[in-house]
Amino acid sequence: MGSLTEYQVVGRHIPTEHEPTPKIYRMRIFAVNDVVAKSRFWYFLRKLKKVKKANGEIIGVNVIHEKKPLKVKNFGIWIRYDSRSGTHNMYKEFRELSRADAVKSLYQDMAARHRARFRSIHILRVVEIAKAEEVRRPYIKQLLQPKLRFPLPHRVTKARSTFVAHRPVTF
Amino acid sequence: MSTQESNFQRFVEVGRVVLLKAGPHSGHIAVIAEIIDHNRAIVDGPTTGVPRQSFPYRHLTLTPLKVKALPRNAGSGTVKKYVEKEEIVAKWDSSSWAKKRAAVEKRRTLNDFERFQVMIHKKGRRDRVRKLLKSSKA
Repeated sequence: MGSLTEYQVVGRHIPTEHEPTPKIYRMRIFAVNDVVAKSRFWYFLRKLKKVKKANGEIIGVNVIHEKKPLKVKNFGIWIRYDSRSGTHNMYKEFRELSRADAVKSLYQDMAARHRARFRSIHILRVVEIAKAEEVRRPYIKQLLQPKLRFPLPHRVTKARSTFVAHRPVTF
Repeated sequence: MSTQESNFQRFVEVGRVVLLKAGPHSGHIAVIAEIIDHNRAIVDGPTTGVPRQSFPYRHLTLTPLKVKALPRNAGSGTVKKYVEKEEIVAKWDSSSWAKKRAAVEKRRTLNDFERFQVMIHKKGRRDRVRKLLKSSKA
């Protein structure tokens, strides 16, 4: 999976005689490209409403860009995921530069800790946590303390050759 | 916790001057403006041509230099002001580390004849030192 992009996908049911002005639905979808984004749109819409790809149409797909891509933000993400034995809801926090990056690290984290695949994870909500007090998880809290500093111990540099004259210095 | 005594000399902290070891700005120095997490920081080098960007610690080296009292998450303008006030670039350029790097870089650009000239000059220097030492001993 490459880097993710946030898309806005807008679609509706095809107008019929019975319903000439169908309701328009909009979703914010995180996907690698717009093809996947449209596919995910239909996947979620047919779970939620009585509309599917065969009787619906996509009105538009737009990329949502991050407003401040150089500002470090804390994101809270609510997800629902299917494990091997059941379905779970989860809340996780990430410290990233963009919403798409936060969702990308969420997928990586879920893959690492729970062996969860893209197909078994639903992103329910992605929220930027405005205040530092509202951060809940200790692994993000520890990065928010004032005058934070830490050393980089044991730095292994790449040796140019297998046999070198000097032992590597790792501190 | 952060004020605790430590055996380490250099820390990842806001204001730390770092040397970039990879990417298009490899070899330039920059300042840590904000710590993202345990692997990355926002570095900024408005006076050294390094645009503000996220950079992994894996690809940078911490230097002994530090911009004092740099506020956390300062913008490029503020970083520039502090860096210029403390003359960080001048301090870096006068350090033996930077000089050695510059010398190595210079030596790499020499062609065969220039390397030969360096050899001749070094021989001359050795010769003078040896003669001076001998005359002072005698």
